[in-house]
Amino acid sequence: MKDPLLTLLQSKARYSDAELAETLNLSADEVATRIDAWEKDGTILGYQAVVDDDKAGEAGVTAFIEVTVTPERGGGFDRLAMRIARFDQVVSCYLASGGYDLLVVVSGKDLREVASFVSQKLSTLEGVISTATHFRLKAYKENGFIFETEELEGRLPVSP
Amino acid sequence: MDYTGKISRQVAGIPRSGIRDFFELVQGRDDVISLGVGEPDFATPWHIREAAIYSLEKGHTSYTSNLGLMSLRKEINRYVNDFFHVDYDPASEILITVGVSEAIDLALRALIDPGDEVIYHTPCYVSYLPSIRLAYGVGVDVPTAKRDDFALKAEMLEAAITPKTRVLMLNFPTNPTGAVMPDDELKKIAALCIKHDLIVITDEIYSELRYDEEEHLSIASLPGMRERTILLHGFSKAYSMTGFRLGYACAPAPLIEAMMKIHQYAMLCAPITSQAAALEALQNGDAAMNEMRESYHHRRDFTVKRLNEMGIDCHAPGGAFYVFPDIRPTGLSSKDFATKLLEAENVAAVPGDAFGSAGEGFLRCCYATSFDELKIAMSRMERFLGSL
Repeated sequence: MKDPLLTLLQSKARYSDAELAETLNLSADEVATRIDAWEKDGTILGYQAVVDDDKAGEAGVTAFIEVTVTPERGGGFDRLAMRIARFDQVVSCYLASGGYDLLVVVSGKDLREVASFVSQKLSTLEGVISTATHFRLKAYKENGFIFETEELEGRLPVSP
Repeated sequence: MDYTGKISRQVAGIPRSGIRDFFELVQGRDDVISLGVGEPDFATPWHIREAAIYSLEKGHTSYTSNLGLMSLRKEINRYVNDFFHVDYDPASEILITVGVSEAIDLALRALIDPGDEVIYHTPCYVSYLPSIRLAYGVGVDVPTAKRDDFALKAEMLEAAITPKTRVLMLNFPTNPTGAVMPDDELKKIAALCIKHDLIVITDEIYSELRYDEEEHLSIASLPGMRERTILLHGFSKAYSMTGFRLGYACAPAPLIEAMMKIHQYAMLCAPITSQAAALEALQNGDAAMNEMRESYHHRRDFTVKRLNEMGIDCHAPGGAFYVFPDIRPTGLSSKDFATKLLEAENVAAVPGDAFGSAGEGFLRCCYATSFDELKIAMSRMERFLGSL
C-alpha cells in the first residue's frame, strides 16, 4: 500500500515537516527521514505548483503529440523515448498502447515554436515514423486538481 | 389571531431544541470556525452525484414502489449481509426511507401505544425523545458516563426496565459522544431484551465510521435478536450524502409492514433521484468511503491529542466524527463555555446538554471540518482556556 505520507505530499507539498507530522500523527523526525529516503532513491522526483496558466497570464501553448516509432532490437522504445524526453520543450513523455507508441506533451511560447520543435527535432529523429500534433485548447483538470472550485454551499454552521 | 390552544398539546409540550438556540447565536457572526455541524465536510463523491444527474437525464422522475426501488433493496440486502452479517428479504423486510430520521419516527409510531415506555441512552441524538413523545410514548432516559467511555451499561438498562417498557433505542457509534459498545456488554443487553421481550431500534448510521480496529457488531446479528430488532441505516454519514435524505429500515416483515403503513401515506416513497444515487454509492462507493474514513481518523487523533495537550480531558472515541471533551474542571456550564468560546474566539461547538442532561459539563466538537480550520480552532481554544 502507498504510504499515506506520499499521498499527502501529492496535495500538500508545501506543508512543513511539522505540519505533515501533525496531520498523520507521526513525529517530525520520522517524516523528515522518510522524505529524505524517497528523495534519494528517486521515489520523489520533485515538487511543483499546479498553476492555472490562463490566470497566470502566460500565453504559452501546449501540444499533445502522438509519435509512431520503430522499436529497436534490444532496447525497444526506451532509448528513443529517453532521447525525446530529454528535450526541455518536452513536459511529459509516455509509452502508450493503441494506435501510436509515444505520447509526448510539448510546451512552447507560441504555435511556431512548437511546430518548429516537431518538424526540426522530433520528426527528424532516426526511428520516428510519424507524428500527429494536437494543440491544447482549454484545461479542465490538471494533475488531480480541477479548474473550478466546488463549495459546500449552505452548510449550516450548527446542525444536529 | 390568538394561536394559543390552536397547537396540539403534544407538540406544544416539546421544548425547543438546544441546537436551535445555539444555531441562532452562531448565525450572523462572521468568520466563525464551526465544530458545531453534524455532517461530513466532503461534497458527495462525484460518481454518486453523477449517477443522480444521469437518472434525471434519463427521465427517472416518477414515484417508486412504497418500499423503494427493488434494485436498491437488493443491493442493501447484499451490503447488510456483508457488513452486519444479517440477511433480510428485499421483497418484504427492507423499507427505504427519507433518512434514518423518518425511519425512527416510523418505527416508534408503528411500535408504541400511548403510555408505552421507550428506553434510550443519553447523551443522544436530539430527535430521540421528541420522536418518542410525538408517538405518544414515554421516554425513559438511561444516562451513560465518561468513566464507561459513554457505552451503555447492561445493569443501568435493567434498572430502567418496567412492565411498560416496549422498546429500546440504541445508537452506537453515538452522536454526540462517538461512543462504541464493547461486544460483551452488547451481548448482555441483547440477553436483557430477550428476557424482557423488548423490541430494539438500532440506529447504525455511524457504523462504518469506526477507528478502533474492532469489527462493528450490530445487536441485530446476535443470536435471537434479528426477530426483535429494527436495524436502521442510511447514506448520510459514510457516503457524505446528508442532503440526499436517504435511509432504510431492515426488520422482520410484520414490523416493516407496520412501518410501511405510515410511510405510504406520509411520504409515499423516498425521492427516486436519491435512490439512484444510493444505488451507485453501494455498488461503487467503497473506495471513496474508505478515503473519507481515513481522513476522519487522522483528524480524530489530532483533535484528541491537541485537546489533551491543552489540559482538556478528552478520550479518543471509537467512532462517528465527534469528540466529547470534559470541560467541568473549568467550572463553566456547557452553555457558558460554548457561548464564551464563541464570543471570545469565534469557535462554535455545541454545548453537551443539548443532547440530554447527561451531556452537561461536556462539549460536542465535530472534527469533520478541514484540517487547516481544525488547527486554527484548536489554537483558538487553547488561547481561550488560557484566558479563563
